[in-house]
This record gives sequence, C-alpha cells and structure tokens, in this order.
Amino acid sequence: MSISKEDVKYVAALARMDVPEDKLEGFTRNLGDIVHYVEQLQKLDVEHVKPTSHAVPVGNVFRQDVVKASLTHNQALSVAVEAKDGCFKVPLVIE
Amino acid sequence: MSQFETVIGLEVHLQLSTKTKIFCSCANQYGCPPNTNVCPVCLGLPGSLPVLNHQALLYGITAGLALNAQINPFIKFDRKNYYYPDLPKGYQISQYDYPVAKDGFLKIKSGGQEKRIGIKRAHLEEDAGKLVHDNMFGCSLVDYNRTGTPLIEIVTEPDLRSPQEAYDYLNTLKLTLQYLGVSDCDMEKGSLRCDANVSIRPIGQSALGTKTELKNMNSFRAVKMALEYEVRRHEQTITSGGKIFQETLLWNDEKAMTITMRSKEQAHDYRYFPDPDLVPFAIDQSVIEQVRKQLPELPQDKFLRFLSQYGLSEYDANMLVADRGIADFFEAAVKEYPHAKKIANWMAGPVLMELNDRKISINELKITPQGLVALIARVEEGLVSNLAGKDVLTAMLNGGKTADEIIKDKGLAQVSDDSALFEIIDEVIAQNPTVVEQIKSGKPQAAGFLVGQAMKKSGGRANPKKLNELITRRIADV
Repeated sequence: MSISKEDVKYVAALARMDVPEDKLEGFTRNLGDIVHYVEQLQKLDVEHVKPTSHAVPVGNVFRQDVVKASLTHNQALSVAVEAKDGCFKVPLVIE
Repeated sequence: MSQFETVIGLEVHLQLSTKTKIFCSCANQYGCPPNTNVCPVCLGLPGSLPVLNHQALLYGITAGLALNAQINPFIKFDRKNYYYPDLPKGYQISQYDYPVAKDGFLKIKSGGQEKRIGIKRAHLEEDAGKLVHDNMFGCSLVDYNRTGTPLIEIVTEPDLRSPQEAYDYLNTLKLTLQYLGVSDCDMEKGSLRCDANVSIRPIGQSALGTKTELKNMNSFRAVKMALEYEVRRHEQTITSGGKIFQETLLWNDEKAMTITMRSKEQAHDYRYFPDPDLVPFAIDQSVIEQVRKQLPELPQDKFLRFLSQYGLSEYDANMLVADRGIADFFEAAVKEYPHAKKIANWMAGPVLMELNDRKISINELKITPQGLVALIARVEEGLVSNLAGKDVLTAMLNGGKTADEIIKDKGLAQVSDDSALFEIIDEVIAQNPTVVEQIKSGKPQAAGFLVGQAMKKSGGRANPKKLNELITRRIADV
C-alpha cells in the first residue's frame, strides 16, 4: 500500500493538524516508510491465530457502583486553558 | 394514495440510572453545578484508567433481555475517535463489533395492529459533556458533569413503516425501560434521546432508497413531525425528478423543518479500535439467567393479566399499565379491598386527574393504597356521595388526613337517618302540593323533582336513594 499526499492531508485533518505545504512531501515519504515497514506482517500466515483484541490475559475487571469523591470544582478548572461561568471555555464551535 | 413506502430506523440513547458514571466513581447526577462531578477519568487526564461499572453492565443485560435480544457471551469496548470539545479524550468509549446485546425485537401496537420491530443491537457507551454556545462572547462553554454518564444505545432494524409507527415504538420502548427501572427515560432532562434514519422507496421495491439521518428532536412528537416533514420532502424531491443525498439533518422545532448540518461536522471517520485500557468481558450464562429471573413483569404482560385476572376493560388496563407506579398502587389497593373495577375507576378517573393537575407521580401522592380504599369503601357504603368522595380525595391529598377524618371535619356524611330525612320531606311535600297530586295521579317520575328539592334543603348531604324511597312511601301513606 502506498501513501499519497492526499492520504497525509486527510489523516492530518482528522487529527486537527496543520501540515505546511513544504513539509507535505517529507511527511508523505515518512508515513509511507512506516506503513511499508508494518506491511511485513502481511506475509505471516495467521490462519490458525485466533483474532485478539487485547494482549493481556485479564478479563472481567469491574468497579462496584459506589460514589467516591470527585475533584473539587477548582481542581477541575485548574486544567482549563480558560474558564468562564464555572465552565471550560473553548472557541465557538457553532457559528 | 402514495406510491412510496416509508422506511424508518431509530437509534435511541438512554442514560442508565446507576449511582456512578460508567467508567469512574463520580456521581451520575443531573442538575449539579457545572464541573462538580468530574475526575481525571471523565476529564480524560493523562494516566487515568477507566474501570467498568458492574451495575451498568447488568442494566445493559437487563435491557437486552427485555428486548428479547441475545446477550453476547463476549463483549469489549472500543474507541470511537472524533474531535469535539464535549469529548475531552478525543474519543468516546463505545462498543463496535461485540455489543452487549443483538438480534432482539419489541412488540408494539400501532393502528390496532400488533407488530414486531427488530432490534439490531444494543450497546453500552459513555455520554459526552454539555456544550453551551455563547454567541455574544464568541465562545462555547463546556460542562463535563455529563461526561461518562452510562448510556445504552438501542438500534432498530429498518422495520418501521410510518412516523406514527416510530412514535408508537418510542412510547412502548420508553414504558418497557421504565418498568425495568434502568432509566428514567426523561426526554426533558436528556436521559432519552432519539435519532432517526428515513428513506422512501417505490412500493414493491426491496432495495432501500437513500436515507437521511435526523437529529435534534426533543420530544416524541418532534420525532414524528420531523419524520413526516422528511417523508414529504423525499416524496416531493423524487417525484419532481430530484435526488436525495445521504446527509445528517437537524430538526428545527420552531420553523418545523429540517436543516442541513455544516459539512465540516459530517466528516465521519471514527477509526474504531479496541480500547486497550479496558479488558474484555466474558458474560457467563449463569449471570444472564440470574438477571432474567429478576426481570419484572413487562407492561404488555401486565396488561393482559389485568384483563384476565381483574376483568378490567382494555381502556382501564391501559391507563393503569401506562405507569408502573400506578399499576403497583392499584394492585396493592385490590389486596385491601377486592373490588378491582371500582378501584380501577377511581384510579383511572379522579386519581389520575389529581396527578395531572398536580404534575406529580403516584409515588409523590400523599395517599396510600389503604387510604384510597378506605375512601372508596365509604362511598360504596353510601356514607358519602360519589361527588363528595372526589372532594374528600382532594382534601386527603392536600392535608394527609384520612378519609374518615375529612368526612367528619367537613360534615360530608350523607344523612340516611329516617327521622331527620322525614322532617325535610314533610316540608317539601307541604310546599309542593301540585307535584304531590301528579304523583298520586300516576306520574311517579315527578318524585324526582321532590328529591331534588329535598337534596337542596339537606345541603347536598342527603342520600338520594334513601330520599326517593322515603318520599314515595310518605306520599303513599298520605
């Protein structure tokens, strides 16, 4: 599978990243190299390998439905870049 | 008659009534000051780890079983990736290919017909935060209290054939889930939300037409209206040679029309992958059976039982079953006083009216089944009239006094004592000689006038049956 410049632009858009035009060429090559490297896995015969979603043999880890203390309001907002009216303030998302 | 057939599928999101959120121990509580029920997990802070709330899974299984679905013996959680400020991690933890339940159905009644609506799947996921847009200050404000609220998303097959069917399905689904006690299903609080997919196709064609997805409906009525609008739009577009594009539309309740969402919000590439933070879950058959045993009687079964066990009319049974609290209250009352139909009449009539007037639920009423039954018994004994009984009910609900106390305090007891009544009757007879003559000359129905007069004199407290009997006797004696 080869990676095109359009692929890089698309992935960048999904990740909300700006990719300057002069860097596009380099990123396309780099991403292509990475995908090509991982592609080696395609050569393996996995017919008898069970599909797996998790590598750790642990399951059924639950928490009981009991309330514990949350952060204080000030602690919570201390990680906000900006706050207003007790809320996290972000750029307007709907015009 | 339209040459098209409508095809609708619904996606309903329900907030589960657990005490805590789905992946952390913050309180799952509506109406708190912004950002007071938040922790590193629901804020998506680095290094935090989600752990599944056991109760949320049990509620998911409960809902799945009630929807006649198969519970997956193996489930896992996946990340659904998208950027939006209400989603602090940049992904929503949801379930992709191994949802908690699949392949179920819900029976609904629509237009007098019973119909089975297929349930494609039901999966668990976390809710996002709440955004308030502040146009004046050019910013949006985020409250993350809702983030991590457990949700179950219930997706139908495209089995619904009209907006009315969609409406009937929603009501049945809501009632079923309320019976289960897994969600309060309150659309106003946002604990029930519904998106709809709709398309049309020429009658007889099996391939589906192009669908549009409708969002932002705030009531079942709005869902129905949005679907009606959209079906009309599809029909008009297609019959005039146009084309329907697959897109997401927002329902505008004020303008009563659907509006296209901005294209930038439509780029859906969620890149689902298994969430490595959450280990998978094997659901043992014994757990499923245990949940099944604890399922309450569901509304449709209760309805049928009320018809056969108590001989109620379909109307009364429907009224009682429409609210589990009311149905339970009714049955508790019948245990005290074995006159189911009389109790049903009182419940479906005056009691429901009081509930509506006061805009409260049956659990908030200041009256017990025993209290109501005591009142009904007094009315049946003839101690108070039916009409006065309703006033007693109102007074009971206002003050928390018993029926007997109120009847005594207000002097509402009907006068059935012969000597007291004869006093009144003799007066009325003396004042209305012509009417008395009419009765004597073979017009017994004229006695009704005298009963009315006597009733007035008694201040409405006389027992009308008794009055009629005594008046007839007196005139025969004279």
